[in-house]
Amino acid sequence: MPKDDGIGAATVRREDVRFLTGRGRYSDDIKAFGECAAVFARSTVANGTIKSINTEAAAAMPGVLAIFTGEDFVDVGGNPAGWLVNSRDGEPMKEPKRPVLAHGKVRHVGDAYAAVIAETVEQGRDAVEALEVDIEEHAAVINMKDALAGTNYVHDEIGTNQCFDWGWIEDNRAATDEAIKGAHHVTTLELVNNRLVPNAMEPRCSIGDYNHGTGDYTLQTTSQNPHLTRLLISAFVLGIPENKLTVIAPDVGGGFGSKIYHYGEEALVLAAAKKLGRTVKWTSDRSEAFLTDAHGRDHVTKIELALDEKGNFLAFRTETYANVGAYLSNFSTVTPTFLHGTLMAGNYTVPLVYVNLKAVFTNTAPVDAYRGAGRPEATFSLERVIDMAAREIGRDPIELRRQNFIKPDQYPFASAAGLEYDSGNYDALMDQMEKVSDKAGFAARRAESESKGLLRGFGVNAYVEACGIAPSNLVGILGSRVGLYDAATVRVNATGNLSVMVGAHSHGQGHETVFPQIVADMLGIDAASIDIVHGDTSKIPFGMGTYGSRSLAVCGSAVVRATEKVIAKATKIAAHMLEAEAGDVDFNDGTFSVKGTNRSVSFGEVALKAYIPHDYPIDLIEPGLEETAFYDPANFTYPSGAYCCEVEVDPETGKVRVDRMTAVDDFGNVMNPMIVTGQVHGGLGQGIGQALVEQTTYDDDGQLLSASYMDYAMPRADDLPFYVVDHSQSTVCTHNPLGAKGCGEAGAIGSPPTVVNAVIDAMQSGGKNITHIDMPMTPHRVWTAMNNAQ
Amino acid sequence: MYAFDIERPTSVADAVAALKDEDAQALGGGQTLIPTLKQRLAAPSKLVSLTGIADMQGIANDGDTLRIGGATTHATVAVDTADTYPALADLASHIGDPAVRNRGTIGGSLANNDPSACYPAVALASGATIITNTREIAADDYFQGMFTTALEDGEIVTAISMPVPEKANYQKFVQPASRFALVGVFVAKFADGVRVAVTGASNEGVHRWTEAEDALSADFSAGAIAGLTVSADNLIADLHGSPEYRAHLVKVMTGRAVAAAS
Repeated sequence: MPKDDGIGAATVRREDVRFLTGRGRYSDDIKAFGECAAVFARSTVANGTIKSINTEAAAAMPGVLAIFTGEDFVDVGGNPAGWLVNSRDGEPMKEPKRPVLAHGKVRHVGDAYAAVIAETVEQGRDAVEALEVDIEEHAAVINMKDALAGTNYVHDEIGTNQCFDWGWIEDNRAATDEAIKGAHHVTTLELVNNRLVPNAMEPRCSIGDYNHGTGDYTLQTTSQNPHLTRLLISAFVLGIPENKLTVIAPDVGGGFGSKIYHYGEEALVLAAAKKLGRTVKWTSDRSEAFLTDAHGRDHVTKIELALDEKGNFLAFRTETYANVGAYLSNFSTVTPTFLHGTLMAGNYTVPLVYVNLKAVFTNTAPVDAYRGAGRPEATFSLERVIDMAAREIGRDPIELRRQNFIKPDQYPFASAAGLEYDSGNYDALMDQMEKVSDKAGFAARRAESESKGLLRGFGVNAYVEACGIAPSNLVGILGSRVGLYDAATVRVNATGNLSVMVGAHSHGQGHETVFPQIVADMLGIDAASIDIVHGDTSKIPFGMGTYGSRSLAVCGSAVVRATEKVIAKATKIAAHMLEAEAGDVDFNDGTFSVKGTNRSVSFGEVALKAYIPHDYPIDLIEPGLEETAFYDPANFTYPSGAYCCEVEVDPETGKVRVDRMTAVDDFGNVMNPMIVTGQVHGGLGQGIGQALVEQTTYDDDGQLLSASYMDYAMPRADDLPFYVVDHSQSTVCTHNPLGAKGCGEAGAIGSPPTVVNAVIDAMQSGGKNITHIDMPMTPHRVWTAMNNAQ
Repeated sequence: MYAFDIERPTSVADAVAALKDEDAQALGGGQTLIPTLKQRLAAPSKLVSLTGIADMQGIANDGDTLRIGGATTHATVAVDTADTYPALADLASHIGDPAVRNRGTIGGSLANNDPSACYPAVALASGATIITNTREIAADDYFQGMFTTALEDGEIVTAISMPVPEKANYQKFVQPASRFALVGVFVAKFADGVRVAVTGASNEGVHRWTEAEDALSADFSAGAIAGLTVSADNLIADLHGSPEYRAHLVKVMTGRAVAAAS
């Protein structure tokens, strides 16, 4: 049994008190004295040359304080990509400048080319409309294959629309080709991983402030990683020394990846604040969010799976086009490469994997990491082609997967795609999935559906992903321009309560509840006496932020290390208080005691002694009780899972209803099962949303047709079934002190192929020889597929 | 939003007078107009709110016909017609979400005549009469195409007179994002025949499917339309459905409405 509010307890989320009672404090809730508004002029065309911007009339409008254009930022740096990827031939990727404001050309609808600072938002909007702008529209580059074939370039200066042409693992290319050429059976599938708009509940918001007395800048912004934003602004864009820039991310209403990145609006409000000596705020409206938040996914893939006559997997080979949009967002180059290609061996002992991925510039919003970031794309391709292969060779899809699974005694396992999986038990997950989903009852449920004129399908999926990004030494070799450790400071106050400063930022994940559980468990004190401080670069030591399901595995490990240091120092102080050798002092459940005696002091007494060091060995131990640790992981963590779902398809309309969904995940040790279950629920909702309803469509002119909730469907409660979520079959992560793997993205990774596999199964059961339907499987698409198959 | 004045008259006469100003615009529940204003896609000088006019509120039952005030909200219709015209109540209870239903009005919806809205279907299928401050307009004459009606500038839908059919049902196949009707079909069976109105499908807005009406008037069963086909000509093509898909759905939804009619 876990301790009350300790590790493993289903402690209620303390942050929900303020979130659910309207007391959250989001960026736009912050009203500064003398605050003024930034409003952006955004391109209405996807590709155009800025011939002129006349600001004279706009500048004379009521309330207008300043107008910025791209010209004002030609001397500052561009917003960089965080990862250098080289092409197969060794050439570095193409890295055109991403300016604060578009200069010379606009490259997607929504691209900001000017900003008005005014007393009010409405005055700013009036002035934006009064700008006299001459933009010469050009044909838009939208389709990726056309982009590579043509000579109409998104960035003229690089003379190509190809960012890079990446091979993984390049040394395996020839062997993979050979294996496929000689294979007994090859299954080939072409598929699209649909582009998604992140749609965090809170739109982006940035507030810039500059103190002319001290030269200090402050940026309050909707960020998943304030230190990273500070680093980008300081080292690359505006050149503000890090010690003169504070970045604060207060309560943030969801991110899903889209708030990892630094955006030009953040630099603009800082520059404007300095120029005007005023606090400058910009709050995105929902339309701007659709047009300018970094989108997710958008891969076009051909995947081949080669099998021998017994059904053993011999090789996976993929050819993928990954849309990076008009500019390189910060993680846009690593997401389709190292977060995707390295997972292309999946859960399998397959000996050969070769991934070719071409990243393509288009006149669309930038594309970057979105919940799952590369791993959903990998899992989708693998698990779709495996399902298709099973059907082609007449094998049960679960049995075929099991045959090729890595077995529990094979860990650590070097995958054919270059990772070393440390632990897992995929058969146990599959066993549990079959059990808790009542797979045995499927046939009866299918019969019942058929009696109502509905087709029922069963879909299955196995996934493994890589979380807890990542060992700095490894990612450095692979091209990362930053380290990927995290940090924590545990500050024990004199009266025995604690403030724990963490680098991970919480924007829905529940850190404020879970990290105290860990510290409370280690120190044997009440979790309620521990508070988490995060999201403010002036308060926390350093942090690489929250993404890639890394908060617990990386930052949580830093919390453990810092707490261990606190215990070590406190033990020395206690030894002095108990007149014993430190080696003779045990610490258990909040009490230091001398072995074999009844002499003890409490943790609180030791804390007080540390801050009131009377009768204290001041020459041996410093006063105070506060420790910092940086934790750099030894490996990725490898959560895995087995999912299944059942769908009902209405053959008359093509409408798909997910009736049952089961997610059995191995997250390693679980700190708070309630929060983990909630994370899985959220991920499943997003994954089912991708599979069934979320559709991002640009027309040939680069206009975003699905630019509002009138046309972009988000999954709603009545689109989703009750879930069966199980994390009983865990194997422990072998290399971090918590044994935890990460759970934030699993649901979004595991569910899309599960749903598609189920729909295909339903189609087949209805006598339709349909082998694939692209996501989102809207009623129209499913009906069209059925109609075409007749 | 651009700046505008707002008036809240309490009588139809005052509203009509207020609407005489150049660029004045009537405001019902604002469920279309307010988002349009927020997007700066319209710039009326003055909004004239109709929801404070007592004469335009509520539902009266004149025997076989309901008289619904133009400023009556969807939520009120959903509750107050549950016994008298269940198919209408059901339709009203599935428009938008609770916030929309508690603001949006039947008069506003009919004046806007969105090609995917629900109310035009029930009005047309029921053979309703649209009552304005100056005249009464038969539904068959009132709906004149997408976002187009017989209303003159400044004319106000003060009430709708809705005959209650013997049997009726509305089948809405929702567009996944907006949850407006991708295709909606309202079937109403009267003693003297069946009327079938289709929304969501056509570039011409709400319209009747007369072949189905003839077939169903002769034999009110889902099987009666089995032999009919719906032409895809001039049906809406968008992200959510092709003309062919919509044509197919018109028939499917009509069949289901007939089967479910009560």
